[in-house]
Amino acid sequence: MKHNEMAIHIKISDTPLDIMACIGQVTGPACGGVDVFIGTVRDATKGKPVLRLEFEAYENMALREMRKIAEQIFERWPVQAVAIHHRTGILQIGDVAVVIAVGAAHRGAAFEACRFAIDTLKQTVPIWKKEVFEDGEVWVAAHP
Amino acid sequence: MHIKILSFGVAKEICGGSVLQLEVPDNATAGEVKQLLTEQYPRLGGLASFLLAVNEEFAEPDTLLTPNDELAIIPPVSGG
Repeated sequence: MKHNEMAIHIKISDTPLDIMACIGQVTGPACGGVDVFIGTVRDATKGKPVLRLEFEAYENMALREMRKIAEQIFERWPVQAVAIHHRTGILQIGDVAVVIAVGAAHRGAAFEACRFAIDTLKQTVPIWKKEVFEDGEVWVAAHP
Repeated sequence: MHIKILSFGVAKEICGGSVLQLEVPDNATAGEVKQLLTEQYPRLGGLASFLLAVNEEFAEPDTLLTPNDELAIIPPVSGG
């Protein structure tokens, strides 16, 4: 069964993400549950205070890889709609870096698909995060 | 042939810019270009991983390149 293209919503934005708009994209009469993951900027990493984060994307490829994740979800779970929105630019503590919302007839598929989306995004989507500390800055996960 | 390579994240700092120009043999493969890049910028070899994308898709080492391809150095990703 081919999924409806309208049911996939992918976005990369250098302005603040609208959580309710993301949820609205996956909410509909056939949905009995909507699961949402919101990734936010934490104030410390391994106990060291973080001042801010900077996100950079290879935008066209990142959009393609995000769409692939949504397509894989439709192949694996009975979901109605998937939205994946990611921020770029300079983010302050507490800012929203990523919003993933999945609407499905039943909650099990929505929970599992949402977790799959964020776990896979962290592995495959060409977006990079730099942590800025008081005494310097580090590209996350760059070195072993 | 002459190719253009985009660079992101830590790779941009290692290579000193977001767009690199590289002279490679005609019919070079992605694997050969990766080797050339590692020779020219040894710090790329010290990354946790380093992949090449060709035309916005992760490339296999035997992917053949043409002058109009868009190449990109993909250091370890860290979105989310």
